[in-house]
Amino acid sequence: MKTPAEFYMRDRSIHPPAYAPAYKTSVARSPNQALISLENTVSEITGPRFGHGDIAEGDNDLLTNYAAAGKSAIGERIILHGRVLDENAKPVRNTLVEVWQANAGGRYRHKKDTYLAPMDPNFGGCGRTLTDDEGYYFFRTVKPGAYPWPNQVNNWRPAHVHFSVFGTAFAQRLITQCYFEGDPLIPICPIVQTIPDPAAIDRLTARLDMNATIPFDAIAYRFDIVLRGRRSTLFENRLEGN
Amino acid sequence: MANPLDYLKETASQTAGPYVHIGLVPSDTGIEIYDHELGRDITGPNATGERIRVEGRVLDGNGAALKDVLIEVWQANAEGVYAHPENSGTVEDGFRGWGRVIADFDSGEWSFETVKPGGVPGRSGSRQAPHINLWIVARGINIGLNTRLYFDDEGTANAADPVLGRVDPPHRRAALIATRDDSGAMPVYRFDIRLQGDGETVFFDI
Ligand SMILES: [Fe+3]
Repeated sequence: MKTPAEFYMRDRSIHPPAYAPAYKTSVARSPNQALISLENTVSEITGPRFGHGDIAEGDNDLLTNYAAAGKSAIGERIILHGRVLDENAKPVRNTLVEVWQANAGGRYRHKKDTYLAPMDPNFGGCGRTLTDDEGYYFFRTVKPGAYPWPNQVNNWRPAHVHFSVFGTAFAQRLITQCYFEGDPLIPICPIVQTIPDPAAIDRLTARLDMNATIPFDAIAYRFDIVLRGRRSTLFENRLEGN
Repeated sequence: MANPLDYLKETASQTAGPYVHIGLVPSDTGIEIYDHELGRDITGPNATGERIRVEGRVLDGNGAALKDVLIEVWQANAEGVYAHPENSGTVEDGFRGWGRVIADFDSGEWSFETVKPGGVPGRSGSRQAPHINLWIVARGINIGLNTRLYFDDEGTANAADPVLGRVDPPHRRAALIATRDDSGAMPVYRFDIRLQGDGETVFFDI
């Protein structure tokens, strides 16, 4: 059987370690044992595929996808957009991108969120879309508010949007968070700072994008996402004994 | 100086946090927003093979069940074929082999129904025992954890499985094997995942 090519080894040095004690919840939820390295098999180089039948027009518009007819979410209107690429800079086409976030006051529509900022009746806080042939995606939403969280007594999350991306293989599955350029909470957030590499944090920071800003409507921020790249050669063609 | 390589760097992972449900299973937190929520039906109506239920908990280092965990499931059909174009063979119409499962907010118990997968090809002509690939995210988990669920009634195939064979010391393999219970109407496989400490589940760097 012809087996497709494997993915590049994940560079763990740019990802947060499982155990990051300044983020207290990670202390009891991090494996003690080393991960066991697995060369890719068909189980890892395959993954779920999604199509336009899976989502609906407007799922990517958080201003209106939960709002009553004719209403819109309250807050700073933004376009959050970018491309999903792989490490070879190739666009990842037709891949599912899902987002979730707090409202403009920093409150989530979730039974566990008891922050005193008010709910916005016209804001659900989630959206989804498929990338196009260039790997491009966009969402329309409000800029989320910062919010406090129980870690140390006075920890606040910088404004952020949670992103979930699939790629084409289970090996590429990724959940991350997108921050906003210039936010002074970024350097003092224990969750952001689980990432050991400052350049990797910088790549999680969306840039103000005046060229995509829509005058008198919405400010744009640009956030590109990179998933693991893949070899161009097959792994089954090596010689016996190699 | 040599020219630098022009590869991009993978985007860094961040925890899914406590509100992952809003994004990935919104109706579970009361947000009725999408016509069609993804990941609810792993097999579709036409899948052949044995219908099973898988259940368990995800336990932290203190033995407490995670009540905010989300698990994604990826598996082949009963014939050992993944619903993916880079896989020889076809799957039943509507079979996706992928699903999303969350823990009960009060008990931490999770479960899903599916068909038992068949064995799939391994590397270099080997054969992998039937297994379900799992990806675990939650608050406090900084990068999604990959593991596999194998079946305790597949002893011969498990013994020959190249991935189980990599797990050393061998006694740790038991943590990857779900135990079958035939006492109910549908076979149930129990699979508790221990993030840390005694009986820690084996997690893979895939
Ligand atoms: Fe958040």
